[in-house]
Amino acid sequence: MLIIKLALKNILGAGLRTWLNVIALSFSFVAIIYMQGLYNGMSDQMEKIAIEAEYAGGQYWHSSYDPFDPLTLDDAHGKIPDNLHTLIDRGEAIPILIRAASIYPNGRFQNALLKGIPPDQKILSIPSGVLENGGTSIPALIGGRMARSTGLKKGDYLTVRWRDTNGTFDADEFFISNIMKTDDSAIDNGQLWIPLEKMREMMDMKGEATIVVLKSGSRFAENAGGWNHKNLEFLMKDIRALFLTKSIGGSIFYIILLLLAMLALFDTQILSIFRRRKEMGTLMALGMTRGTLIQLFTLEGAIHSVLAAVAAAIYGIPLLTYSARTGFGLPESTDDFGLAIGNRIFPSFTGALVAGSILLVLTVTTIVSYLPARKIAKLEPTDALRGKMT
Amino acid sequence: MEKLAGQNKKKSFREPGTDSTYLIKTENLSKIYPIGLTTLTALDNINLAFVKGDFAGLVGPSGSGKTTLLNILGSLDSPTTGSAVVMGKKVETLTHREAAGLRNHHIGFIFQTFNLLPVYSVYENVEFPLLLQNFSSSGRKKLVMDALEWVGLADRAFSKPLQLSGGQSQRVAIARAIVKNPELVLADEPTANLDAENSRNIMDTMARLNENLKTTFIFATHDEKVMRYLKRIITLNDGRVAKDERAAGEGT
Ligand SMILES: Nc1ncnc2c1ncn2[C@@H]1O[C@H](COP(=O)(O)OP(=O)(O)O)[C@@H](O)[C@H]1O
Ligand SMILES: [Mg+2]
Repeated sequence: MLIIKLALKNILGAGLRTWLNVIALSFSFVAIIYMQGLYNGMSDQMEKIAIEAEYAGGQYWHSSYDPFDPLTLDDAHGKIPDNLHTLIDRGEAIPILIRAASIYPNGRFQNALLKGIPPDQKILSIPSGVLENGGTSIPALIGGRMARSTGLKKGDYLTVRWRDTNGTFDADEFFISNIMKTDDSAIDNGQLWIPLEKMREMMDMKGEATIVVLKSGSRFAENAGGWNHKNLEFLMKDIRALFLTKSIGGSIFYIILLLLAMLALFDTQILSIFRRRKEMGTLMALGMTRGTLIQLFTLEGAIHSVLAAVAAAIYGIPLLTYSARTGFGLPESTDDFGLAIGNRIFPSFTGALVAGSILLVLTVTTIVSYLPARKIAKLEPTDALRGKMT
Repeated sequence: MEKLAGQNKKKSFREPGTDSTYLIKTENLSKIYPIGLTTLTALDNINLAFVKGDFAGLVGPSGSGKTTLLNILGSLDSPTTGSAVVMGKKVETLTHREAAGLRNHHIGFIFQTFNLLPVYSVYENVEFPLLLQNFSSSGRKKLVMDALEWVGLADRAFSKPLQLSGGQSQRVAIARAIVKNPELVLADEPTANLDAENSRNIMDTMARLNENLKTTFIFATHDEKVMRYLKRIITLNDGRVAKDERAAGEGT
């Protein structure tokens, strides 16, 4: 209790130097929390977009399906197990059939994925309704990125070649019924969404699918005749890993900021211990032990970060609240980074994030304050009183 | 003032086998500093004893070892050889922590440069030794104000040291040294930074304390004005005791 009082008095008495450190440290607080909040917001948004457009309440995969191995796609289709079928009939799941195909936009050959989706589905945010009545040609829905890379426009016709279940080649003209703008490149690049029943006919795969997507919030997790249940935890793993590496990359900025603040504090501590040795000698003569002196000087450094947290709260809370509300606009080109984020990030500041950041800075400042203070352990009272330091 | 005197109920902590007639006793005490490849003998075989109520001064030219001896008696330093028994404690055997405890409870220090803590008020400076002793806050207040009255600065309790003159600063330092009613006060050149009038003033104060509370004072000084107050003058020369004499009487 005594040393807290003394430490507070000493650092408030130190004036300008204290405030410079406090301000530098408070920048670190706000920057760390802001950056982390930004990444949190980013990750939240990426997850939200992926859930809305791809994963909903989790998926069942045909036993041969492996999204990372296109060669398996040939075999990755089969009759939908009964219990999943019941869900589909009740509107609690949708089947999707996935097959490789070749397309010839403007006469150039290109690989693509055909994805059959029930046009009337409501489980994914894909605007499949536009596939309802395609007339004589097969209607196809593509994303904005796909449209840009192929040069296809709404209303264009496109030659598509595929192999049916028996390996027989077939081809037809598709009609681009619409181009969807989506933040999720995973439902966009190289893909054509077409009506499921039409696709089953083309492929001679009556009643078959590659994956079944569960309605969001679904608790269903039963065994389904050899199909593999993939819950959101699993499906989201890649996004989370991606977010983690991005966030580590981004933290270099605030690590530098933190280091600069620490350097300023370290320097202050050394200077203060050097300049105040006569005071230390006096305190020792008055009967203070070296251990208490070390605690006192360490605490003085650490209190900087407590004051910094207060200062950071004064300007940081309004600042961060404002930025969480208005978001952070991204330039158009970020679409091409492969992050499905949308064009505005809304930072998300959780209690754990704020508390964690404060704890981090507090720990680091305490260590930085303690290191120079250890010198006191070897200080002789007589040397200190004479203003000498060895 | 009576309160200050009456507060003397300290636990006895005299080590067995030490002589209780003396407050301080040194035996063949030497202090030798290594200087490069050679050594410097700052104190050479000092044998001195002090009793309760002494008002003594170590005098001698600069470099004669006054500060070194005072520091050892104050347990801020320890002898290279020989022994210094201070209030029953062998200084040379004390741990750092025990020495700090001895100083905190039983020894007051007064320095040439006052050594007040600049960020604290006069009151807080005087209060400091009591805080280290974990005194209750009501107990502290009484003792601090008593001590400030002794030195005539009760009205400056809430000034900062920087607002005080040298003489006032040294009086605050005296209040800080005596607030815990120590058996021993050690004053190293207390008047060296003061003019004649202030020197007389603080010497008067300390003489009064010695008279009324029987606090033992040991000075290190080469100031004639101080010497006139001393009841006992110990002359050091090159680290040796050259003379140890009782003075005829107090000066004015
Ligand atoms: N820490 C030290 N290291 C080396 N020599 C010292 C040290 N402290 C004091 N001395 C030397 O010891 C001698 C006595 O010093 P000191 O006790 O300060 O004398 P005084 O107080 O009488 O002027 C001097 O020669 C001084 O240089
Ligand atoms: Mg000296």
